[in-house]
Amino acid sequence: MITRQVLALTGNAAVAFALKQINPDVVAAYPITPQTTIMEEFSQYVANGEVDTELVRVESEHSAMSASIGAAAAGARTITSTSSQGLALMWEELYIASGLRLPIVLVNVNRSLSAPINIHCDHSDSMGARDSGWIQIFCENAQEAYDMTIIAVKLAEDKRVRLPVMINYDGFIISHSIDRVEILSDEKVQQFIGEYKPEFSLLDRNNPVTMGAFDSLGGFYYEYKKIQCEAIDNSLQVMQEIFDSFELISHRQYRTVEKEMIDDAEIIFVIAGSFCGSIREKINEYRSRGIKTGLVKVRSFRPFPDNSYREILKNAKAVLIFDRSTTPGAKGGPLYIEILGSLYGVEKPPEVFNFIYGLGGRDLELDEIDKSLEITEKALRGEVVDRVHWISLKKKEV
Amino acid sequence: MASLKELAKRKDLLAPGHRLCAGCGESIIVRQILLASEKPVVVANATGCLEVSSTIFPYTSWRCSYIHNAFENAAATASGIEAALKVFRKKGIMKDDFNVVAVAGDGGTYDIGLQALSGAFERNHNFVYVCLDNGAYMNTGIQRSSATPMGAWSSTTPVGKVERGKQEWRKDLVMFAVAHNVPYVANASPSHFMDLIRKAEKAFNANGPALLNVLSPCPRGWRYPQEDGIKIARLAVETNVWPLYEVENGRFKINIKPRETKPVIEWLKHQGRFRHLFKPGNEDMVEEIQRKVDYEWKKLNIFERATSEL
Repeated sequence: MITRQVLALTGNAAVAFALKQINPDVVAAYPITPQTTIMEEFSQYVANGEVDTELVRVESEHSAMSASIGAAAAGARTITSTSSQGLALMWEELYIASGLRLPIVLVNVNRSLSAPINIHCDHSDSMGARDSGWIQIFCENAQEAYDMTIIAVKLAEDKRVRLPVMINYDGFIISHSIDRVEILSDEKVQQFIGEYKPEFSLLDRNNPVTMGAFDSLGGFYYEYKKIQCEAIDNSLQVMQEIFDSFELISHRQYRTVEKEMIDDAEIIFVIAGSFCGSIREKINEYRSRGIKTGLVKVRSFRPFPDNSYREILKNAKAVLIFDRSTTPGAKGGPLYIEILGSLYGVEKPPEVFNFIYGLGGRDLELDEIDKSLEITEKALRGEVVDRVHWISLKKKEV
Repeated sequence: MASLKELAKRKDLLAPGHRLCAGCGESIIVRQILLASEKPVVVANATGCLEVSSTIFPYTSWRCSYIHNAFENAAATASGIEAALKVFRKKGIMKDDFNVVAVAGDGGTYDIGLQALSGAFERNHNFVYVCLDNGAYMNTGIQRSSATPMGAWSSTTPVGKVERGKQEWRKDLVMFAVAHNVPYVANASPSHFMDLIRKAEKAFNANGPALLNVLSPCPRGWRYPQEDGIKIARLAVETNVWPLYEVENGRFKINIKPRETKPVIEWLKHQGRFRHLFKPGNEDMVEEIQRKVDYEWKKLNIFERATSEL
């Protein structure tokens, strides 16, 4: 039987609560908007003695990830959290964390990157880290942020994975808005994540290890990277297994690609993060008008569930991909480019359009979603339209 | 303090066969310092000569646990290890205690690692930070750092018609550490190995952060015959260029006061990096270096007297 306990929590408070229940060995973090309130709340749990965690209040995000690497290498269950510039400052260390195969969990509250400085949400920060070898999971709301934080611990530490995991959710819209969150009991969480038993630890006096060794020409760097890539590819299946076991304790079902109203859909929207809600709202409206639309919500961006996307999207007439970040100099946003790759070689592939939206926290208004559908319908009628569109711009599109 | 006889029985934690240059001070210093540890040791090493020469995959020279993370973060990495150790001991799931040691060169300490070091000092982690100070970025080919001596040639402070080697004085790392009020800070040299080992013992027992700033002769960068490293390190002490002193809870103590201080020329003349200073027209630089050394020595003596009652 499942007893449901529901709390009204902001996304950040929900994650802080999950951290309390996880009771990590070491947390090393540095404040940055909009992540700050996670660590404020968690600090209070530490101050109250509600967790055993050694909280290292470091002097920068670079040191946050550096200390996390030291702690994880020493066999500690280690969690950190950041946003935006903080993640950018960690960049060098992200690669080292994944290269050393350390199961660190990082909660990234999505925020745009400077300049101009802007504290509001877009996905530039996590997309900047997409090639760092971390598993990257996106969340739509506070509930998912809570659930995925717990799931991330188990996923990162799984012997078949042993990779760091980054949980991403939208700054302010999720992090600071109060939402309905169903929480698990402390016992359930502890039972689910289990005890962490690292295979190698710096603090095993009988088995000294050298980590971070030097490799050069004539060495094994190339083979090592291949193995690392295989590990993240293989983590996709493990992720689904862990989602399934999480469902047993929570009755909440997750998939590596989330799909809604897809079966008969001719026009499919693909999006990550909080604006799934707006798109869902619109899809319901379109369906009431007889337009067969569906939603694909990004769950795992790394590893990218290439086959699933191909299977889900290949029979659609059109796919509308919403990117909340750009790849300057490339034709379209990162999600768009990724999905184009997945659809390569499909017979009669769908028309694919890219909509850049929401940079620096710009709202995605419902009538803008209508416009994206209009553009798509035009193309389906045979009119020539651009593939990539910036929507909700203040200046009228030319 | 452990006697030489006892120390000789202990096992070296850095095995022979590493690929540091002949005549390099680093392996000597590391072995001496680690000999002083009575507990098992974990080393967090910054990128640099020691790391690239001792961990060439699939080999390692380390008989203790060792991690290399990156260049600027040996102190932050050590912070994480120490935090893990602390929580395991707090929870009662680990009986063993360890000495956590961070090792970095002067580039990784005075320059790019200074912020991480400052943070780790302020947070009061129980660890020993060892700076192997050879006064330049030797691993990347002898570029100047903020520890390079004034007047020294380096590959980025070459001697030309306008510039005569490095134009600026060195940063004072010991005073930087003292300003953080850490319990133990020392300047040491491999030429005075019992002094170095005694300081390492004190650092391990400091119950808080400790800094050992150790002069590390580099035959490639300093341009001396490889067998002369320790002799040159000794000259640094005998000329007061590298005074041996320690600061314990703010109290300065000069450990060795040369009976007869040698002129700095004795230190400069054995090293190719200072060769240009002996050309006609550069006498002023040698004089200026001598004045600075005298001034710093005087200052150090004043600090010793001023803090004697602390």
